[in-house]
Formats: sequence, structure tokens, C-alpha cells
Amino acid sequence: MAIADVKEYTHLSDEEVEQIGRELDAIRQEVEESRGAADAAYINRLIKIQRGLAAAGRVSMLAGTWGRRWAPRAEKPAIAVGAVCLGVAKILENMEIGHNVMHGQWDWMNDPEIHSSNWEWDTAQPAEQWKHSHNYIHHQFTNVLGHDNDIGYGILRMAREQRWHPYYLGQPVYNALLATLFQWGVALHDLDLERIRKGEKDPKEMKRQLAQILRKGRNQVLKDYVVYPALSGPRWKEVAVANATANLSRNLWSYVIIFCGHFPDGAMHFTEEELEDETRAEWYLRQVLGAANFKGGPLLHVMSGNLGFQIEHHLFPDLPSNRYAEISVKVRALCDKYDIPYTTGPLHRQYGQALRTIIKLSVPNSWTTSNDPAPPERSDTADEPSKDRRRKSDAERQPRRAELGAWTRSPRERSHD
Amino acid sequence: MAGTIPWERVRKAGHTLTTPLDPDDYLRFINPLWTARELRGRVEEVVPETDDAATLVIRPGWGWRYRHRPGQYVGIGIQVDGKFQWRSYSVSSPPRRKGRTISITVRAMPEGKLSAHLVKGLEPGTILRLALPEGDFVLPDPPPPKMLFLVAGSGVTPVMSMLRTLDRRGTLGGGDGEDSGPDVVMHYSSPTPDRMIFRDELEALAEKHPGLTLHQLHTDVDGMLELEHPEKGLDGICPDWRERETWACGPGPMLDAITEHFEKEGLEEQLHLERFSLELGDQGGEGGTITFRNSGKSIEVDGATTVLEAGEQAGVGMPYGCRMGICHTCTLTLVEGTVRDLRNGDDFGQPNEPVQTCVTAAVGDCTLDI
Ligand code: FES
Repeated sequence: MAIADVKEYTHLSDEEVEQIGRELDAIRQEVEESRGAADAAYINRLIKIQRGLAAAGRVSMLAGTWGRRWAPRAEKPAIAVGAVCLGVAKILENMEIGHNVMHGQWDWMNDPEIHSSNWEWDTAQPAEQWKHSHNYIHHQFTNVLGHDNDIGYGILRMAREQRWHPYYLGQPVYNALLATLFQWGVALHDLDLERIRKGEKDPKEMKRQLAQILRKGRNQVLKDYVVYPALSGPRWKEVAVANATANLSRNLWSYVIIFCGHFPDGAMHFTEEELEDETRAEWYLRQVLGAANFKGGPLLHVMSGNLGFQIEHHLFPDLPSNRYAEISVKVRALCDKYDIPYTTGPLHRQYGQALRTIIKLSVPNSWTTSNDPAPPERSDTADEPSKDRRRKSDAERQPRRAELGAWTRSPRERSHD
Repeated sequence: MAGTIPWERVRKAGHTLTTPLDPDDYLRFINPLWTARELRGRVEEVVPETDDAATLVIRPGWGWRYRHRPGQYVGIGIQVDGKFQWRSYSVSSPPRRKGRTISITVRAMPEGKLSAHLVKGLEPGTILRLALPEGDFVLPDPPPPKMLFLVAGSGVTPVMSMLRTLDRRGTLGGGDGEDSGPDVVMHYSSPTPDRMIFRDELEALAEKHPGLTLHQLHTDVDGMLELEHPEKGLDGICPDWRERETWACGPGPMLDAITEHFEKEGLEEQLHLERFSLELGDQGGEGGTITFRNSGKSIEVDGATTVLEAGEQAGVGMPYGCRMGICHTCTLTLVEGTVRDLRNGDDFGQPNEPVQTCVTAAVGDCTLDI
């Protein structure tokens, strides 16, 4: 079954779907050709602001603790201001800078310091692993059950098609934990705990990845909870708490933004069958149907890495994020023209819907009704999640057509397919 | 540059404060030259040489070693329309241990967008990227007693660096008495006298040092240098050329002719050449499918296509600099498979080995981390 067979879209003929693909390609080309000095200036300025904020945050905390003999009443505010600056810096670094640089959005500048091949970000997950689990798996297999590990992050049940288990009764609690510890959850993402549990993971590869995570995580922890507190002397506790606050706010924020990208009502899930013989245009269509936007002002968009334009980001993950706003106007017009739903809404509503889904799906399907507006035509089986939805290894995934990419982690795995 | 502070150790210690970045990543916002992560330089001066050539005086930032050998070239990267473009230019200044600047001399090529930009459009104060000096077209130390330079056009720049070095050391033959350096003959072709870069300086040097003989040839009027001509050729200009070590630099056809001439005489051992373009050998790979794993793209290529070109064809944003194996900007991690260095046939196939994509081609299927 191809995406065009999804009930809501049977109104599109094959030819129309291909035409949509061509129009999206044209939008892409237009942006590619017009990238230039102004875009380069944007990312350079943003990096400058972000590093300035990070430095200001650290310095403000240290100045507060060191200077307390002369200005005792300034200490607490200085530490608080420091925590805010650092939190904002970490959010900017993760969302608008790190995420987008590692997508290759700025590779065209040919600047080795702002390039996907060697960017490392200020969070626990090693860049290399993120590029596999996110760039490749999540973006190629967006919302495909059994393929896209982002559906519930291996912890939550986010689709009715996922088999229910009493474990999921605790879902609201796991959700809160995931939000709080988001960077560590993401750090373990590419390890694929589910496959480790089942003994399907190559032990050598697992060891390598673990060592990589430990090294990265250790440096992150050392910096925020040992070195900077130690530098601030007797007030080490306050500084450690301030740093923890910055990390926590970054965790919560990125969790919210990411959950708003694919889990509000209206964002669809797909099954493996839909991948078969999928054309490039159908892949595009799956990205539109599987993602959800949210609305907001320019500041909100920058703080969320322009992921309020999740649909545009999924269509063109490697176009510079500062162009998504203008791209979205064209994509919306295209969706209107072909009568394709374009899911968007205010941030709070989008997150509210995601949260409702989390709570609903903690109990069996039969206790609740579906919010999904348009289940695929195969909905006759959708409420009986008897299919094997376990995660696939790279080797088990069907080979993709060249334009959608292929990915190999090790020679061992490749010899399997 | 080392000074008394162990900078390397300071930077390492600082890294725990700035991880995953380097302290330099912050310091460069205070002063753009305070970073050794990517070498940088600031244009101090743009000195016009001829109508279409200019010398850029550049002050390099941290991490630069003022130890280039006279005759070597450097890579410079400059942002044009948001995108870094790289080229290599010979350093024309002599190496100075206490130096604070280097200079390169650039001629605007009619089709060269970048060189025109460098000659005409660069403001002093512009920050550039730099790549460390490279190349073995250099002045030996000590220099041989008899030398011959055959240069044309902007091929004069590496030779200028050598001559200035000899002059500064006071070892250009003859001159103020106690000089006892090599005896140098230089042949310099250029379309017109106006287009001769460094003409005044060369003439002054020749006047100062009896050991330096300068031949100028203006090809618009006199035609090209005919190597074998009894009077206008090498035998006429420099009868003892067979006893000299020769350095030649200029356009490709001229270098080809010189090589052929020296080979005919069995003197190729004494000839040093500098070419301004990359020559890849015929030791291609066998080709295969190259996969760029992060961007999820792949492409099938033959053994003559470099990995860099393959990536660009597949639509991957490949990093590159000089595109000729000098600057290492293009280096990526080879996750699996084998690539072959097209210059010398060396194979690279260790897992996770860094490879220079601009001079390697696939030997079978391979996967790169980009
Ligand atoms: S681009 Fe300079 S070494 Fe490859």
C-alpha cells in the first residue's frame, strides 16, 4: 500500500502526487540557489550571540560568588541571571544551532567550523550517534512504526497500533521522567535498548557506542557539576544548582518542542507496507502528513530551532532553518491547492494534544476512542495491534532507493542483507 | 610564538570549561586571530603590483608557524557570497623568524572570480582562513653554487621568495664585496614589461648583486622562449645551464617544454618544477558505490572520480579547500571500504580512517561519515 492509498488522499491521482513532488523540488531548488551572504551572516551572528550568552552566564555566576565579599546582596541575583543566560544559551545551541548544523543545513558555506561532519553539541548524546538515529532513521522513516525510534523513544506508547502492555499504565510518570532527563534519554537513543534487551545488538558496536556516550557524558557532567562549581569555591552548591536549572530548562523545552513536532492530533503514523515502492513524491507527502507545526513569533521560532516549521523541516531537512518561514508560505499554499491537511496550531494546544495522547494510550485502545482524524484505510487492523512492531536493525530495514539514502553502520551488518 | 606560557597546556585545561568546544571558539569573538582551531589571518595591506596583480600582506593568527621555506605556497580561504573559496598562492615574502606577517602575490585571472576579488576587492582588515605552507619547490639550504630560474607570469612569486631570502642573508653572489653566495641566472617571460610583477625590485636586485643576471623576455613582442634556439634559447641566455640546478615555474605548456628539453639532455635530475594545478596519476580506484551515511545519499562512481566530486554530484555538502591535496579541509572519516590516493596509489582502508576526499577515489564500495 502506498501513501496515496491512505483514505484521505485517495482524492489525489498518482499524477497529482508526482506533480506535488515536482513543485516541492522547485521550492527546494529556489532556496538552494538563493543561499548567500545574508544566510551566512545569520548563522554567524546567532553563534556569536549564543556563545556570548554562555560566557556571560558562566562569568556572572563566578563574579557573583567571587565578589560576594564586596557586594553580598548581588550574589543571588548574579547566580540567577547566570542560570537564565546559560539556559537560553543551551537551548539556542541545541535547537537552532546544533540540530540544524548537524543536519548539514550550513554545509554549503564550506566553513569547517560550522559543518555537519565535525560539529559536536552541548548535550550528552555524541553527535555521531545522533546523526544516525535522528538524521537518518527518523528523517527517512518518519512516523513509520517499527522503523522510527522517535515514536515514544522506546519508552512511551504513542500510537494506537503499538501493542498495549500493563507497563504502559505508568506512562504519565515515564513521560515526566523523559521530559526531565531528556538529554540522557536522547543520549541512549541510538543504543536502541529494545534490541539490546532482546540480545539482537552487535556487542562490539554496543561497547563502542557506550564508550562514546560515557566519554561525552562525563565531560558534560564534569563541566557543569564539578569544574565550574569548584571554581566558585564555598558556593559550589549554588552554582551546581544553577547549572542543573539551566540543563533542566533546556531538557523540558526541547522535549516540548520535539513532542509538538509529530504527536499532536492530525500527525499520522504509517506502517511498513506504506514504505513499499514509495516514490520520492510519496515520501514528501508522508513528511507533510507525519509532521505538525506550531505558530508563534520570530523569537519563539529561533528558540525552538525553527521546529515550529516541522513540516518544512521534514520536507527539506538540510535547507537553512532561517528560510523555513518563507518556505512555509509556499508549502501551505501547495497544501491548500491540493487539499492536503496541514497540521498547525498554537504551541500550547499542540502540546496539550500530545499530552492527551500520552495519557490515553497508557490504557488499552478499547477504553478510549481515537483522536486520529484519518486512520489509514487499513484501519480494520489498526485497532488490533497484533503485528510485530519491534524495532528493526539497519540490516533488517528494506533497502531504500538511492535518492532517499542508504546507511550502513558496519561491514558485519551489511553482509546480512 | 611559543613565549614563556605553555599555550597548548592552557588550552587543554581550558577545554574542560568549554567542552565540547575549545576555548578558542570563544576567544575568537574578542579577537578573530585568537584561535588555532582554524588558522586565520588578517589582511594588513593590499599593495598593487601591476594592473592585475597585488600583494596581500597578511598577519596570521594563533597556530601559525613562521617557518615556511622560500618557495612554498599557502592556501587561503575567503568567504564570497557566504561560501568559503580556497586557492593556493606562493608566499612571496622571505621567511623571518621574528616575522609578524607573510605576503602572497595574486594575479587576477580573466576567468578567476576569486583572484579578481582578491586583487580588487579586499579591504585591509578582512579576515581570511589560512592553510599551512606546503610544497617542495624550495631553496635548498645551503643553496647550490650555480642556479638557474626559468619563470613566466605569476610563476615569479615562489622565486621571488627565494631571491629575497638570498638577498636578506647577504648570500646573493657578488655585490658588496664579502658576499659568497650562489651565482644566479634568472629568465623571466611576460607579455609586456607592464605586466611583469616585481620588475623594479628584480632590476634593483640585479644591479646590487653582480651575481644575479636577469633576462627579461616580453612575449608579446619577442615571442615565446625557444629553449633549443642557439642564440635566443638556453644556450644563448645561459651557456653553462647544464651545470646549474634549475627551478622552473609558470604555465603548464612552458613547463612541459622545459621538462622535455631537460629529459632530452638527460638532465632531469637537476630540474625542479612547480605546477599550479593538480595532476592526478593514472592509478585510479576501481570505483563502486560511495555512501554518505549522515545525509543518507549514495552514488555509483568510476575509479577516476574523486570522492569529493562524487559527493558533490550526489548533492552532499562536501567540505573542500584547495582541491589539490594541500589543505586537508576536505578530510572526512572513512567508515568502511577502501579509497586510493590518486597521486601515488596508496590505499586507505582502516575503519574510521580520515581521508582526503579531493585526491582519493573509491576502490569498491565505501561509506563516509558525512
Ligand atoms: S581540498 Fe585541500 S586537501 Fe582536499
